[in-house]
Amino acid sequence: MIQEGTAFAPQIAESAASGILWLIPALPIVASGCIALMKQPMRKLSATLAIGSLSCSLLLSLFAFGHVLVGWASGAAVRETVNFTWIQVGASHVDLGWILDPLAAVMLVMVCFVGLLIFIYSTGYMAHDENFTRFFCFLSLFAGAMLGVVIANSLLLLFMSWELVGLTSYLLIGFWYQKPSAAAAAKKAFLTTRIGDVFFLLGMVWLFAQTGTLLFYNAGMGSMEALKLGGLLATPAGLGLTAASAIGLLIFAGAAGKSGQFPLHVWLPDAMEGPTPVSALIHAATMVAAGVYLVARVYPLMQAGVQLSASGEAIGSTVALTVVTWVGAGTAVFAALIAVAQNDIKRILAYSTVSQLGYMMAGLGMGGVAVGMFHLITHAFFKSLLFMGAGSVIHGCHEEQDIRRMGALKIDMPWTFITYAVGMLALCGFPLFFSGFWSKDGILEAAQHWSVAKSPFYMLVFGALLTAFYMTRQVSYVFFGNYRGHKEAHESPPVMLLPLVILAFFAMALGLIGTPVWPWFKAFLEGHAAGFSVAGFSEPGLLELMATSSVVVLLGLVVAWRIYGDKPTKAEDSDALERAMPTIWTLLEGKFYIDELYGATVIAFYAWWARVADWLDRRVWGGIVACVAWLFRESAQLSRLFDANWVDGGFDKGCEELASGGGLMSRIESGRVQIYLRLLALAVVLLTAILIWSSRG
Amino acid sequence: MLAWTIYLSFAGALLEALLPKDKPALARWSALAVALAGLILAAVGFAAGLGHGRVVIADVPWVPSMGIRFTLAADGISLVLVLLTGLAAVAGVLFSWNIELRTNEFFAFYLALIGGVYGVFLSSDLFLLFVFYEIAIVPKYFLISIWGSTRREYGAMKLALYSFVGSAMVLIGLLAAYTSSGSRSTGLVQLAHAGLSVGFQMWAFPLVFVGFGILAGMWPFHTWAPTGHVAAPTAASMLLAGVVMKLGAYGCLRVAMGLFPHGMDPWGFSYLGIGSWRDVFALLAVIGIVYGALVALVQSDFKFVIGYSSVSHMGFVLLGLMTLNQIGMTGAVLQMFSHGIIAGLLFAIVGRIVYERTHTRQLAELEGMHLSKRLPFAAWAFVIAGVASMGLPGFSGFVAEFQVLVGSWSAKPWWTGAAGVGIVVGVAYTWRAMQLAFFSDTHSAVHIHEHGHELAAITWPEVAGVSMLVAVSLAVGLYPKILLDAIEPAVRAMLAGGGQ
Repeated sequence: MIQEGTAFAPQIAESAASGILWLIPALPIVASGCIALMKQPMRKLSATLAIGSLSCSLLLSLFAFGHVLVGWASGAAVRETVNFTWIQVGASHVDLGWILDPLAAVMLVMVCFVGLLIFIYSTGYMAHDENFTRFFCFLSLFAGAMLGVVIANSLLLLFMSWELVGLTSYLLIGFWYQKPSAAAAAKKAFLTTRIGDVFFLLGMVWLFAQTGTLLFYNAGMGSMEALKLGGLLATPAGLGLTAASAIGLLIFAGAAGKSGQFPLHVWLPDAMEGPTPVSALIHAATMVAAGVYLVARVYPLMQAGVQLSASGEAIGSTVALTVVTWVGAGTAVFAALIAVAQNDIKRILAYSTVSQLGYMMAGLGMGGVAVGMFHLITHAFFKSLLFMGAGSVIHGCHEEQDIRRMGALKIDMPWTFITYAVGMLALCGFPLFFSGFWSKDGILEAAQHWSVAKSPFYMLVFGALLTAFYMTRQVSYVFFGNYRGHKEAHESPPVMLLPLVILAFFAMALGLIGTPVWPWFKAFLEGHAAGFSVAGFSEPGLLELMATSSVVVLLGLVVAWRIYGDKPTKAEDSDALERAMPTIWTLLEGKFYIDELYGATVIAFYAWWARVADWLDRRVWGGIVACVAWLFRESAQLSRLFDANWVDGGFDKGCEELASGGGLMSRIESGRVQIYLRLLALAVVLLTAILIWSSRG
Repeated sequence: MLAWTIYLSFAGALLEALLPKDKPALARWSALAVALAGLILAAVGFAAGLGHGRVVIADVPWVPSMGIRFTLAADGISLVLVLLTGLAAVAGVLFSWNIELRTNEFFAFYLALIGGVYGVFLSSDLFLLFVFYEIAIVPKYFLISIWGSTRREYGAMKLALYSFVGSAMVLIGLLAAYTSSGSRSTGLVQLAHAGLSVGFQMWAFPLVFVGFGILAGMWPFHTWAPTGHVAAPTAASMLLAGVVMKLGAYGCLRVAMGLFPHGMDPWGFSYLGIGSWRDVFALLAVIGIVYGALVALVQSDFKFVIGYSSVSHMGFVLLGLMTLNQIGMTGAVLQMFSHGIIAGLLFAIVGRIVYERTHTRQLAELEGMHLSKRLPFAAWAFVIAGVASMGLPGFSGFVAEFQVLVGSWSAKPWWTGAAGVGIVVGVAYTWRAMQLAFFSDTHSAVHIHEHGHELAAITWPEVAGVSMLVAVSLAVGLYPKILLDAIEPAVRAMLAGGGQ
């Protein structure tokens, strides 16, 4: 690795760029509000408004990014915050605020840019949907909420935006709620992520109770700054954990829910029931990455207590980061295995997303913010490219999603094919020319040097092999061989192809900013100068590592090509792997039966408890009440008999009628309520008169 | 000024009772006028009372021989709840616009109830408070048993029974406090400073707390709530959840905790971590949160779902009260306000907008009715209300529950963890009910023809009511300072000493 310059001096004074930062999420949210008030037929206007507002946000993001970049170029680590008090209770106050630092700036540009392309693509993809305006309303709301997550300088503001993101995700997955599967998927997604969010909420509550602030950075008093972290480290939390680790783990549970990490991954593949642009935007590029971003944002907390070497490298790890690593690496392999045996074009990509998110988490856990974030950024581009390519395929094949019913589309859909191939190679990590190669290598390199254990490295390498395998299988099925569909396929309109081409460009070019020769991305995020030096490759072991990962990727490609390749098949034919090893195939195709497991355990448990509680209420508590009521009624009967036989002697006929009528209540209900009303009114009048008269004196 | 909310409501009740029976429109408009005037008075009083601490509004002898005085006073907590009552009253009238049966009588009972509620929130004399408390309960019975629906006699009877048992317990506590204080006064302030012995407080506190807690839907004394809600006409269930349950919680706070603060002291021994009445009630609150949510999950009647959700949400109020710290109790009071608004909204949608048109609340029957297409307003209003109810940020419920959780974390982290389970289940039952009722038109188009008759169009009072409640919840959720500025000093004063 090249000699890293000394860290830049921080620049925290508020500037024009950080002052207007709130506009970036506010614009799409306002646009969404306006669209919500529009009538269904105002399609053009709604799309224009959504795209226009996001374009403005993009410009502002670029301005903010430029500001940070200028600061960086002049040797300052920009970390400008704007904070304000939201709730004041006694001496404690809950603050909100936003932040402009390299992390936020990079993410802002990515979200706005990818989002804008997907918005444009959606105008084509959703052109025939009757709820076109509603779609753009939700999409804008999502973009605003997501940008809110990015700029938040307060865990609470982040959480608020985070929940709004979850809500819009719910609304968009269930956009075609007429499909029962979509409605169920939406509910499942919201519920599963919400389970993670409750842990997140508890972590936040704990953090606030410990430190008295939820701001990340606040001139030395923020929860991510040395003073408060020191306090958290000094507080034991039981089970041998410090409060810092425990809170970090709780927050990570929230991140795991949103980013589809095992064991909360089950919602993400089902979320593919939503329209494809939604899958591309929310369930590939942005929202699912929010979990990774969250971990990156609270990284000082996750890392608190770790020993740093002279060069700033971490020695050892913390409990929180170790958990992040294992969960990430485990998820990476686990999801990649499942992806091998799926036949739905979007589900393969979904499991691939889960797997790649695992890579990012592992990268964060072992290599630091820059490693994980670089993969996040490159992945956002090539995965949204793949999803939109898949959308184009689905569109061209008349809503067919089963890859066994496609084939030979390279002839009918050449543009889609070329761009998809670029995305696929980037995802596989094809050497040198694709961004995925560089970002994945960064993670592998970090894994190789991780001091705690070596197995994550082997797991991730194995995952890379699987990735190359399942992507080649998918591409072979979809674009090669013979066409097995029913209706003729057609290429998509230019408005859908243009975003693909742009994204394909970035899927290749983005690698340039994170190579060992010029690790600009890392330098930018970490706030030091980036040198250009070919000596970057001379780092011990690096070239070997690059060679290993290249060989692994090529191996995956070749094996899959040998099995699936360019050969004619029938849609009904079983998979080659299925014939070779049916048991394993069934297990993988059944997604390790995690859904069934949850259904039989957690969900059954809650359903059982709910029924028990309901029974208690109806039978036991209700029975007691009925019993008491019966006693009252019987004693009332007794006294009525007593009254009727002994007291009533002198009463006139009207009173007997009353007694036989069954008492006071039934009389009122039979319509003679006026008397009582009058009585009540009279009482009220008297009371009021007395009061007013007496209060005069 | 605030006192006039009480007088005005009773005067309105009287006016309604005397109105001619055959002019329902007149009854409606006059009820709306009275409720609106009450809301304006409450809002102006709220604005004027901010930052003044506890203000005595009226103080005259009432029954001098017993030291009972007619004392009205307002601190920040009262102000917030009076404001809530004003809002709930207006919303309730708007959602009762279609009452045709004995309209004037309905509104007479309605306004009498409102007057009683205003009275409770403003009373600063124990006896007076109790009188208003009873005034608020009695009209409830008639509203349910005359204008109610499903099993209305049963629901009304159950409600009345529970309320009177609760009242009896409260009354015993009050009389005991009065006699043992020896101060010959029933003023809350005087009693709080009467130096009641710790031993006395130890048994008076749980008695009075449970007595009021019954009306606050405290588990396991909550079962009146779901059946009462289901039986009640829309406006009554709105008021029941919106303000009457708050009467209970308010009583717990003002009377039980205010007069007998030492009742929450540790017993000196502990069993399974329960070492004081405070632990007991906090545990009951947490059970209520989870239990209410679980039961809501398996209900087949739409209104039962909302009824049980109220039990769950009121658990947060009781939990917040039992934290005994600034942020937790502030959250509890805010949750009272927030739940009043949100539960009112949910009941309005289920009871008025949906039930009055479809004549069923069975989720299984609503399922095939394509309500999202036929009543899009109701569907999207329910989405917003549901989101607010499950405590998503941006709405008032989030701020309140967040504060309660922070408070309870400082007191005992396990309470918070358990309450978290309730939050997850809360999401599950809300989405389940919403998808079943509105968004499950998966059946073929045949069903549209079966249920083909046009549903009545949404009317302006419904739109106005929904908009008002949503706007309030959003405003408080985004800018909680408006209410916290009032609640916070009042809670601080309560915690600081003397209970008042």
